[in-house]
Amino acid sequence: MSPETVGGLGARLRRGETTPAELAAQARGALQSIEDLHPVLRYTDALTERQAGRAARMLAESPERAGPLCGIPFAYKDVLCVEGVETSAGSRILEGFIPPYTGTAIQRLLDAGAVPIAVTNCDEFAMGSSNENSAFGPVGNPWDPSRVPGGSSGGSAAVVSAGAVPFSLGTDTGGSIRQPASFCGVAGFKPTYGRVSRYGLIAFASSLDQIGPFTRSVEDAAHVFTAMAGHDPRDSTTSPLPVEPVATQVARGVAGMRLGVPREYMAEGLEPGVRAAVLAALAELEKLGATLVEVSLPSTEAALSTYYIIAPAECSANLARMDGVRFGLHVDRKSLTDTYLETRGQGFGPEVKRRIMLGTYALSSGYYDAYYRQAQKVRTLIAEEFDRAFESVDALVCPTSPIVAFPKGDKSDPLSMYLCDVLTIPVNLAGLPGISIPCGLSQGLPVGLQVIGPRLGDAQVLRVAHAYEAATAWHAQMPPSSPTATGTPS
Amino acid sequence: MTSTSAVSTLDQVMERWEPVIGLEVHGQLLTRSKMFCGCSADYIGSPPNSNTCPVCLGLPGVLPVMNRVAVEYTVRSALALNCEIPEHSKFDRKNYFYPDLPKGYQISQWDMPLSLNGHLTFTVDGEEVRCGITRVHLEEDTGTLQHAGDILQQARSSVVDLNRAGVPLMEIVGEPDLRTPAQAREYLVRLRQILVYIGVNDGNLEQGSFRCDANISLRKHGDTGLGVKVEVKNMNSFRAVHRALEFEIVRQGRLLDQGQTIAQETRGWVEAKGATISQRSKEYAHDYRYFPEPDLPPLRLSAEFVDRVRAGLPELPQQLAERLQREHGLSAYDAANLTAEREDARAFEALVAAGVPAKAAANWLMGEVARLARETHTPLQGSGLGLEGLASLVKLVEAGSINGSTAKELLEELYLAGGDPAAVVRERGLGQVSDQAELERLVDAVIAENPAAVADFQGGKEQALQRLVGGVMKATSGRADARVVTGLLRERLAR
Repeated sequence: MSPETVGGLGARLRRGETTPAELAAQARGALQSIEDLHPVLRYTDALTERQAGRAARMLAESPERAGPLCGIPFAYKDVLCVEGVETSAGSRILEGFIPPYTGTAIQRLLDAGAVPIAVTNCDEFAMGSSNENSAFGPVGNPWDPSRVPGGSSGGSAAVVSAGAVPFSLGTDTGGSIRQPASFCGVAGFKPTYGRVSRYGLIAFASSLDQIGPFTRSVEDAAHVFTAMAGHDPRDSTTSPLPVEPVATQVARGVAGMRLGVPREYMAEGLEPGVRAAVLAALAELEKLGATLVEVSLPSTEAALSTYYIIAPAECSANLARMDGVRFGLHVDRKSLTDTYLETRGQGFGPEVKRRIMLGTYALSSGYYDAYYRQAQKVRTLIAEEFDRAFESVDALVCPTSPIVAFPKGDKSDPLSMYLCDVLTIPVNLAGLPGISIPCGLSQGLPVGLQVIGPRLGDAQVLRVAHAYEAATAWHAQMPPSSPTATGTPS
Repeated sequence: MTSTSAVSTLDQVMERWEPVIGLEVHGQLLTRSKMFCGCSADYIGSPPNSNTCPVCLGLPGVLPVMNRVAVEYTVRSALALNCEIPEHSKFDRKNYFYPDLPKGYQISQWDMPLSLNGHLTFTVDGEEVRCGITRVHLEEDTGTLQHAGDILQQARSSVVDLNRAGVPLMEIVGEPDLRTPAQAREYLVRLRQILVYIGVNDGNLEQGSFRCDANISLRKHGDTGLGVKVEVKNMNSFRAVHRALEFEIVRQGRLLDQGQTIAQETRGWVEAKGATISQRSKEYAHDYRYFPEPDLPPLRLSAEFVDRVRAGLPELPQQLAERLQREHGLSAYDAANLTAEREDARAFEALVAAGVPAKAAANWLMGEVARLARETHTPLQGSGLGLEGLASLVKLVEAGSINGSTAKELLEELYLAGGDPAAVVRERGLGQVSDQAELERLVDAVIAENPAAVADFQGGKEQALQRLVGGVMKATSGRADARVVTGLLRERLAR
C-alpha cells in the first residue's frame, strides 16, 4: 500500500475516476487523522473549495491542457503568504496576520489548478532543524512520533511522509527542505537560488531562502518545480534565463555522468548507518553507469560559522518589521520603546531572539569587518570551490544529514542543533540546487541521499535523483504505522 | 574677559572663530511611481495611508523592485553637479526602529553610491565659492508622523501616515567647504535651481520635497582640523537655514569663548523661538548596521547609459545666464535674475524671438510681470495674457502706440482675464495722443489755468513743472506721452 503520486492522481482525474473536490476531501481527512503529529496549523477550507471548483472547470474544459498539478491537493509551509489565509511563520508575533496578497510561487500553483488544503507547522520564522522552535508546538515524525521530523519545514515533510497529501511546499535557507525530507523519508528539492520567486515568502535570510517541494517521487518534484520556476518581475533576484524543460531531461539516466563525492562530506561524524546507506547508494549509481570521482571542498568546515553570521545578520533586519505597529501582535505600553520591547519580547521565541542578537552584533560598528565582511569572503570561497568541482563533475552526491531523526528534546544545546545542517548549508551559501531522496534505513529510520548540482543545473540534480529512485525501492517505503491516506493499491 | 564674550555678536564671534559648514540635502524625485513599488510618488493630498501597497507598507514577504527612472534622475543630478558615476554601485540597508519606517530599515546606499566627487561653484559678495559634493545617492523616503509634543517619545499618541513611505529620495552630501551662512544659503539656492532646471525635483522647501540638514562646527582661523560638529535639522526655508546657522555660530562661539566644549548632538531649529534646541530623537547611538541589500542585485551602469543621460541634460542655469549676457547684452545681474527660474528665461527668449528688444523684455519680466505672478500665484505662461499677449503689449509701448502707464494698467487688467492688447487699445481709444496741434492746445490751456505754477517755475522751482505736466496728462486721461508734454511746456515757458 503506497499513497499515490501526483502523476497517478492526475491520471485518475483525467479519466474521470475522481474529482478535485473528492481528492481534497480525502486529503483533509487524512491530515485530520494525523493531527496527533501536529503537522497542520490550519486548514484553508474556503480557498480549498474555490480552488477545487476552479480545477474541476479546468479539467472539464480541456483535460489535455490542464497541467499535471490540476486538481492535486497540497499543503504549504506557514511562511508563504496567501491572500485571505492566516500566515504566522510559526510565531506568536504574527498570529492573526492575514496577508492581503498571494505570493508568486503559490499563485503559479493555483493557476496550474493545484488545490491547497492546509498550512503546515514549522520552526518559528524557519529557524531550526527539528520543528521544536514552533510557537505552536513541535511536530512528530511519522516514522516515530517521539522523534523530530527535522526542520524547519517539519510539518510539510511529515504530511507527505504520512501519505496525507502528494506534495507540499517548504522553504530551505540552510537545509530546511532537504534535512526534514531526509528525516521523513521523502524527496525534498531546493532549487537554484533565484529560480523560484521569493515574493510572498516571509524572509528569514533573503540571500539564502528558496522555496521548494516535498514529494513522493522525483518526477513529482520536477512537476511542482516546473510550475513554480521562472523569472518574476516582483523578485529582482530571480534569474531572467528561461527554465529548461526539466521533464525531458529527468528520465535520461546517469550512464556516462561523472558524479563527485566530496571527501569532507564523508568524514567523521557520520552515523555508521548513514554512512553505510550512502555508500550503498553510491555503489548503485556506479552500477547504473555513473563514474564516481572523489572531490575536495576544503572550505566546508568554515561553512557553518559563515552561515551563522550571514543568516542572522539578514534576519536581524528582515524581522525588524515585526514591530507591533501595523500588523500582528501589539503589546500596548506607554512609551514607544517599551511597546517595541514588549511586543518583540513576548512575540518572538528564544531561538529567533538568539539569531536577531547574533546578527545585530555581527553588523555592529566595529565588528562588521571581523564578522560580516569576513563571512562574505568565505562565502565567495565556498562558491568558488563548488564551481571548480563542477568543472570536472556533473553533480555531487553525499549524505543529506550526518544523522537520522533524533528524539524530541535531544538537542537542547543550540550548537549541537546547528551541526545538523553541516552538509546542507554550503549549498545555500553557494546558491546551488540540491535534493534529498530516501536511500535506506538506519535503526529503522530513513536516510537521505543528497544530490547537488551547479547553478541552474536543477535538471541535472533531478536526473541523477530520478535514476537512483528508478533503480531502488526506498522511496516507496512508508512509515510503519501510517495510514496510507489517499491510498489505493498501486 | 568672559563677561564680554558671553554677549558676543555674530561679527565678534566670526572674528575669533571660523565656521565650517557642510550641508546634506534630500530631494524627492519627480518620478511617477515610488522607489520600489507601483504606488504614486505624488502623495500630497491623498487620504492617510491610501497611497500604499503591501511593498511600501513593509508587510511580511514582500520584495522591492528598483525604479529605473529614479536611478536615471539621480545620475542626471549627479552629472549636473560634476560628479563621477562609478560603473558599479549597490544598495544597502540602514537599520533603525521608528514608526515612520515600515520595514525597520531604509534602503539606501552606503559604501558604493551612484555617484561621487562632484562640486558646485557660485558667487557670494563677488567672491567665487567652490563647494565639493561628496556624493549623490538614492534612497527611499519615510512615512510621516503626527503627534502631540516635540518628540515622539513624549507624545501621548501618534498617528502614522505611510503615503510618503518609499518615495524616491536623493541625498546630496556636500563637503564642509562653506564658511558663512550666506555661502550656505547661496549653495542651497543654486542647488535647488539646478534640480528644478533638470526636472528631477520641484524644489518645495515648505512641503519638504527639498530639505536640508546642516553640520556646523567652529575652529580658530588658520586651523585645519575640525571642531566638534553639531547637526541642525528642521529648517524649511532658505531664511531658516541662514538664521539657524547664525544662531549656532553665536551659540557655539560663546561656549568656546567661555572655555566650554561643544556637545556632539542633533539640534532642531525652532522658528518661533529663533533658536536651535537639543533633540533626543531616534536612537541614542547612531549605529545603523549597514549591510548590502540582499533583495536587490548590485547595479551596473554602462558608459553608454551615462553618456545618454549626459547628452540629455538641459542647459544649466549658469550656462544659460552666460549665454543671455553674450547673445543679448544683458548685465550679469539681469541674466542671473532671469535665469533664477527656468520659465522666466524661456519667457525672455520667447519675447525676444517675437521681436521685443532684450532690455525691455528683461525689465517687464523682472518688474511688473514678476509682481503680478507673485500676487496672483499665476506664472505668466499660465496666465490669461500669456507670452503672446505680453509680447504684443510690450511692442505697443515700444512703437509709441501707448504709453508706459497705460501699458501697466492693461497688463494688470489682462493678466488673468486675457485678451488681445492691440484690440483693447483700439476699442477703448487708449492710443497715445500724438496729434501735435491738439497737444499744443492743451498745453496752452493748462498754462493759462495755472499762473501760480508758471510763476513758480519761472522763478526757478523746477518741480512746479511736474504740476503742469500732470495737468496735461489729466486732460488726456493719461494718454499723452509725458516726455513730449514736458518738452512742449519747457518750449512754451522759455519764450
